[in-house]
Amino acid sequence: MTYKKLIIFFLFVTLLASCSTKKDTSHYDDPGKPAYGDTMVTASIGEASSLIPILASDSASHEIAGYIYNGLVKLDKNLNIIGDLAESWDISKDNLTFTFRLKKGVKWHDGKPFSAHDVMYTYKVIVDPKTPTPYSSDFKQVKEAKVLDDYTFQVKYNKPFAPSLISWGTSILPRHLLEGQDITKSPLIRKPIGTGPYMFKEWISGDRVVLVANDEYFEGRPYIARHVIKIIPDSATMFLELKNNAIDSMSLTPLQFTKQTNYPAFKREFNRFQYLSFSYVYFGYNLKHQFFKDKRVRQAISHAIDKKEIIDGILFGQGVEATGPYKPDMWVYNKNVKRYDYSNEKALGLLKEAGFERGQDNILQKEGKPFEFTILVNQGNDVRIRCAELIQQRLKDIGINVKIRVVEWASFINEFIDKRNFEAVILGWTISRSDPDIYDVWHSSKQGPKELNFMSFENKEVDELLVKARHTFDKNERKRYYDRIQEILAEEQPYTFLFIPYANLAIHKRFKGIEPAPAGIGYNIYKWYVPEEQRRYKSSATISP
Amino acid sequence: MLRYLLKRLIFMIPMLLGITLISFAVIHLAPGEPDVVGAEMNPKVTKQMREQIRSLYGLDKPIYVQYYMWLKRFVKLDFGTSFTPDRRPVIDKIKERLPITVSINLISMMLIFFIGIPIGVYCARYKDSIMDKAFTTFVFAGYAMPYFWLALLLMMFFGVYLELLPISGLKSFNYDELSIPLKLLDILKHLILPICVSAFGGLAGISRYMKNGLLEVLRQEYITTAYAKGLPEGIVLKKHALRNALLPVITILGFSVPGLIGGSVIFETIFAIPGMGQLFYMSVMARDYPTIMGILVMGAFLTLLGNLLADIFYAIADPRIRIG
Repeated sequence: MTYKKLIIFFLFVTLLASCSTKKDTSHYDDPGKPAYGDTMVTASIGEASSLIPILASDSASHEIAGYIYNGLVKLDKNLNIIGDLAESWDISKDNLTFTFRLKKGVKWHDGKPFSAHDVMYTYKVIVDPKTPTPYSSDFKQVKEAKVLDDYTFQVKYNKPFAPSLISWGTSILPRHLLEGQDITKSPLIRKPIGTGPYMFKEWISGDRVVLVANDEYFEGRPYIARHVIKIIPDSATMFLELKNNAIDSMSLTPLQFTKQTNYPAFKREFNRFQYLSFSYVYFGYNLKHQFFKDKRVRQAISHAIDKKEIIDGILFGQGVEATGPYKPDMWVYNKNVKRYDYSNEKALGLLKEAGFERGQDNILQKEGKPFEFTILVNQGNDVRIRCAELIQQRLKDIGINVKIRVVEWASFINEFIDKRNFEAVILGWTISRSDPDIYDVWHSSKQGPKELNFMSFENKEVDELLVKARHTFDKNERKRYYDRIQEILAEEQPYTFLFIPYANLAIHKRFKGIEPAPAGIGYNIYKWYVPEEQRRYKSSATISP
Repeated sequence: MLRYLLKRLIFMIPMLLGITLISFAVIHLAPGEPDVVGAEMNPKVTKQMREQIRSLYGLDKPIYVQYYMWLKRFVKLDFGTSFTPDRRPVIDKIKERLPITVSINLISMMLIFFIGIPIGVYCARYKDSIMDKAFTTFVFAGYAMPYFWLALLLMMFFGVYLELLPISGLKSFNYDELSIPLKLLDILKHLILPICVSAFGGLAGISRYMKNGLLEVLRQEYITTAYAKGLPEGIVLKKHALRNALLPVITILGFSVPGLIGGSVIFETIFAIPGMGQLFYMSVMARDYPTIMGILVMGAFLTLLGNLLADIFYAIADPRIRIG
């Protein structure tokens, strides 16, 4: 290489180097004073599909919409229902009529006042059969909706239905921009206007969405001036961007949390948060299967599966054992249900009772039929695939021959689950934050095509309790019903409930005011702040007061 | 020549129709349906609502009716609206991603030609020398290396460790606040890694074609003649040998035309580049039929066009192939 080329190369490299960011981590421990300004950059694996939330079902869309819109009610950090756009509400004695009194002086991001007519419009558009929305079923229970005056809205139901109050947490849409139009073609899908703490600024397809603080927000101006959500489809890239300080927050996998971010330099710059996620993973049986019909067989398998091993080995300890369809920090959780400790003796005892005997080659058999089955897992979910492998190993120990089949999601649902063409599956459910109603998964009437009781679980007592519980408003009474349901599920083991994973998050240390709670951390995002001297993005801040 | 061209163009129509028919059928063979509103495994969606939504999107009609409806729109060059909740016209979705993919592919293709052809020529001229072997190893390493791995390593080295280059995306997020030269520099910095990685993998093909083509030509008698009449080596190589050896390269050029609009999914995903590969992959995963068909038809059209172009250039470059 000649000198000239070397010099050019050198210049080029220094030019690039001069543009990189410098790190200074020393002062982030100072909590400082709340100040308006700075930008928070987060990343999303997928791109939002529609910013009118009733039209979208993906989490990317709802995450962004959550900054922009408000509902009438919302959940506080302990998952209690509190007012959002509603100042207060009355529920009539028969639990059939709700009267919401709305906050006055709330403005849409375009400056127009918010009123009860917007709520009415939102209700009408959700139940409109021409609106393709997955969220209409709660609102179809409404018998009558009325605007009593600009700030009072009333709904009447045919029968008392406990989850109906929180259904009014749905994002209220601006009537003045949508009425009389086809909502599926509205420009608001890509340029939303709401009442929330952040206003939409721009959306560059496949790249990012930019939000700016709504200075007029009715609960107070948010401190963080700008919020950028980048789209980074690859999680390895996202992690590099986090380490490189190009994004400020990301949820970490168990491996990233325990191994790859557990060193001082990272912890000097990032706070790591942890809370139980709203989901559980289960090992489900096809209850029509000749062997799984027998409760003792299912109990035996629950004894033979080592949940602790799964949590320690696959989640690196980042989860807790599940005992039922709820997580331990919820009010509805029943901790006194039957548990299945890892014990091959108990498992074999139960299987013997159920009529299984060791055949040749050590495989259990009943009436000449060897105990063999296939676990179906969907492709792309490594945690579930590895769970299947551990379960396969543990069941082999007691003489059950297990095969594993990994199938792409669409065919998993259409060819196997919908056609009941499976023996056992590993799947997960999200746990509803807002209401403990689990009718759709466990009621015996929900076994039709595309319905969610695909395990074919039938239990008369559970059926009755589910119906009673969803029509009861009294929390203590409801808890009694759900406690009993959890007991029965624990006894029957239609699923072996495996674990509830932790949600792990890393957030840059300059963001203060974050308090993990049962609801997670996002509930008070408009109160997060960056002290002025720790601000990173100075030029982009809006004008200080 | 003109008549030949016209004939070829007319033949393209039934071919294109056939392609759309087969594509349409094959897409619908895949299990599952577009999950238009996230109705899959959603407790809140009743059977009625599901049927309603299906009929809104025309999914309840028999497949040949759906094809007929699609075709009716297509002949008016209307690709329809996407099945994703944003319900945007397919053409808009393609339009916003096409320039990104095409420019990245063009730059990296140019890079491949400008580096690959000299490497090929060098390897042919100095066949079996140490440098020849070194180059061959280099280009094949590029060909064989899983580039998502290479990309991650480079991202770690240049991005996290040296902090020289941005890791992903096309623009910094404060792009709008930059001055114009800084904007250019910003895009340039973002493009360096993806383009180098994608070009690296393509070097092997072109340099091998070039080398073998040139070796073939160098064995010809007219080259011996050229040497014999005392021409300097440079002229023999450039004027007599290279021109003839470039013929197969033209074919490759023609075949790479459809490749220009196709992006690689893994590559775009790793670098977070909103290109065509990602769009296609996401559409397939979401069973977004109109978008899939739109991209496929464009690809098919460009493939046919590329073949035609290759034939034409061939005829221009080599008089022997010309047809009356």
